[in-house]
Amino acid sequence: MNRIRNNLAGAMVLGIPLVWILLFMLLPYGILATYSFWVKSYPTFKPAFQFGNYATLFTDPQYFQVLLRTLKISALVSASSLLLAYPFAYWLVFRCRSQGVRTWLYLAVIAPLWVSYLLRAYIWKTILGTEGILNSFLIWSGITDAPSDIFLYNQFAMVLTLTYIFIPFMVMPIYSAMERIPRNLTEASADLGMNPWQTFARITVPLSMPGIAAGFTLTFCLSFGDFIAPFLVGGPDGNLIASVIQTQFGSALNWPLGSALSIVMLIIVLSIVSLSDGMERRGAVGV
Amino acid sequence: MAAIIALERISKHYSKTIIGVDDVTLSVEDGEFVTLLGPSGCGKSTLLRMIGGFEAPTHGRIHLAGRDVTWEPPYRREVNMVFQDYALFPHMTVGENIAYGLKMGGADRATARRKAAEALDLVGLPEKIDQKPHQLSGGQRQRIALARAIVRRPKVLLLDEPLSALDARMRDQMRMELKHLHEKVGITFIMVTHDQEEALTMSDRIVVMEQGRVAQDGRPQDIYDNPASPYVANFIGTTNFLSATVQSLADGLAGFAAAGTRIDAPTDRALRVGDTVTLGFRPEKARLLAPGQDASTCLEGPITEVIYYGLGLRIAVDLGAGQTVFVDTLLPDTLIRSDIPKPGSSARIAIEPHNIFVFPEGVHP
Amino acid sequence: MAQANRPGSLSRFGADTAFMTFIAVLMAFLYIPIWVLIAFSFSSSRSLTWPIPGLTLDWYRKLFANTDLQAAVWNSLYVATFATLLALVVGVAAALALHRFDFPGKTLFRRLILLPITLPGIVTGISMLNMFKLLGFPLSLETVIFGHATALLGVVVTQVYARLQRLPRSLEEASGDLGATPLRTFLYITLPNLRSAILGAGLLSFVLSFDEIPVTFFLTGRDNTLPMYIYSTMRRGVTPEINAVGTLIVLASLILIVLSVIATRDRGGER
Repeated sequence: MNRIRNNLAGAMVLGIPLVWILLFMLLPYGILATYSFWVKSYPTFKPAFQFGNYATLFTDPQYFQVLLRTLKISALVSASSLLLAYPFAYWLVFRCRSQGVRTWLYLAVIAPLWVSYLLRAYIWKTILGTEGILNSFLIWSGITDAPSDIFLYNQFAMVLTLTYIFIPFMVMPIYSAMERIPRNLTEASADLGMNPWQTFARITVPLSMPGIAAGFTLTFCLSFGDFIAPFLVGGPDGNLIASVIQTQFGSALNWPLGSALSIVMLIIVLSIVSLSDGMERRGAVGV
Repeated sequence: MAAIIALERISKHYSKTIIGVDDVTLSVEDGEFVTLLGPSGCGKSTLLRMIGGFEAPTHGRIHLAGRDVTWEPPYRREVNMVFQDYALFPHMTVGENIAYGLKMGGADRATARRKAAEALDLVGLPEKIDQKPHQLSGGQRQRIALARAIVRRPKVLLLDEPLSALDARMRDQMRMELKHLHEKVGITFIMVTHDQEEALTMSDRIVVMEQGRVAQDGRPQDIYDNPASPYVANFIGTTNFLSATVQSLADGLAGFAAAGTRIDAPTDRALRVGDTVTLGFRPEKARLLAPGQDASTCLEGPITEVIYYGLGLRIAVDLGAGQTVFVDTLLPDTLIRSDIPKPGSSARIAIEPHNIFVFPEGVHP
Repeated sequence: MAQANRPGSLSRFGADTAFMTFIAVLMAFLYIPIWVLIAFSFSSSRSLTWPIPGLTLDWYRKLFANTDLQAAVWNSLYVATFATLLALVVGVAAALALHRFDFPGKTLFRRLILLPITLPGIVTGISMLNMFKLLGFPLSLETVIFGHATALLGVVVTQVYARLQRLPRSLEEASGDLGATPLRTFLYITLPNLRSAILGAGLLSFVLSFDEIPVTFFLTGRDNTLPMYIYSTMRRGVTPEINAVGTLIVLASLILIVLSVIATRDRGGER
């Protein structure tokens, strides 16, 4: 403490980020919260203090359904990412015997993060579309004889695309959580007569829980706020909450309602983060 | 000789109940090799870090060569430290590591390089000047850390558990090297350790610490031969303890009842007849009596265990009432196997009165 | 132990085969689409259908003649460079503050600064849009830079903080002990040891900023960044021209990945 009081450098180190947070996070969030209580007055909006916007969100089925659908799709994306990422990370950390293979495979899964996220969503549009690559491939190879529209513009396409985009965010935390499990714990478990499945269920899974929680949080929150994938592959029943927000600030010109939606999104994300923070901390204490 | 370091009633209170260092007054003379000895958590490292300036005391003052440095930051104190993990800068070569302090002190490139090379000569590693720390072994890193600390010719060199990261063989070797280095450079050394053997073999003076306080301060042999408390007696060397009652007092020689027998021991403590005291003696100062031999003070009981430790045997003897004592006996090469005492047989132990410590009150460590 | 293993060796072999198959499928899932993207950038047909009728470099020629696209690339470079620099300055300071100091509200401070990692960009974008409008700042590439820097702070903080935690405290103490003032200690000891973490975080921030849409969407004025330009092209439909841009982006990403692996690789001695 007295180091802060005593030197200017310390004050700057703390002061710069503090000012940044105040100016570019707290202030904007505050304004956002304020707007969410205002009323629309075409073509702009005027100050008020009323809960009409929030009431609309939770009573108008149009919005409420979108909210539920978004939750559902985000949960599906997280779950499918977990199903793919967990065995992958497990194999890398516990079964792979070559350090080189481990490094390269890990890098291979993380690398797509560096490739434009917009492109990674766009690829699936070109693959899944009626005139897309998958359909023409199926016809060319004789499996089907007419193009099918079942691939694109539905929730399946969205879950697939979002999983494809966000899977590195599930692999990274699970991998590092597993790496932190001391190898002698699984050996001790085997030594104490547990079979590999018991060891997996009683040692590996509980100790990698913090990674699972972190991965779930990241993939869930990122899918929850995405409006690119819905735009590219979502179709009519693929509208997500972020697309609705975008519309409110765009063509619908209803900033107060959009702000209320954003605040709801902020609150949902914050609750998920603190929930998983708690889980990670409990996991850390358990170690 | 003048005091180079004077600690004046130094305390470090982390909170009302958590006390790291408690009212320590200590003076170290120029050129001395002083060791702060104690178990982990006794405050020895905290005390050393306060001398180095890494922590501030909550009470008291620190004087370095007559100057009050209590509130001076580390970079304005003429003391240097050898860290437990050596803290060699990983991104610099050995030469740059050693020259770092000189450059910070304003030395030019050439001078710094020359002095660094001299310091490397001193620790016997002149060929390592352009290597990175990670290319060195533990013992070599230790010497580089030493060279880096003494190259600035500090008034005092602080060593925080300097040998704890080395393996046993290396540790023995470095002990002697450190001692020789101390004699060669003539700088005051203050070392922290939890290893009594290290303290006994290397230092001019040992300060035994207990729960943030100084338990005893003296020359190694004085502390070994006259421990001030059961705590010190047990921390330095091994000591057998017996609880006893004072039976008689005459001319500095007291008679005690202990373990069902009478034990005489000289003492300068103020005792009264009937007081409960703790007697102590070292296993190596007692001896086993052969059948027929007799001694003025003699403890008797069945042997419960015989432990072989290379140099000799340590024999555990049950004196009854839950009191077991150890006695050491060397193995002369003429010893025939059948003469080795066996568990179950009875033994008699003799101790000379002047080898018995008397501690007032029945404090058992 | 050996006995316990023997009956299991067959099932272990089975498990290994299953794992191998699974990993092959996962790799196919991750990389076939990218190869598809690249392959179709050379397709001579305007529609993206299999099989590819013929090969051409026309789409690349079109790209190099497209001045809007080139302007968008320069805008993106400008935004990504300054957003990264800002995020690094603020992020390194924040990581140091989190590592060094205890202060009231530290938990909240950490939560907030890491929030943009999980917070969808749209919330950052909209809340800052509201503020800039309210304060009367015209939207421009500069407002985008502030938006990106805010969104990227968390990335820098996590990486630098993780490195700080692995940096033994004794190094800085040793530097002070050897006569260096706190500023010199920071410059000569702390910063060089954070080098690879800062480089890695910087490269990642650069890529993420270069690629960013949700925040840019709300904060940009008339100027388009590259992803915004591509996004608006996509509204008009699917063309091999986008695949060609995509292929170039994949190539650039590949170079940056290699760079970052080299830059962040710990030299033998550093832990």
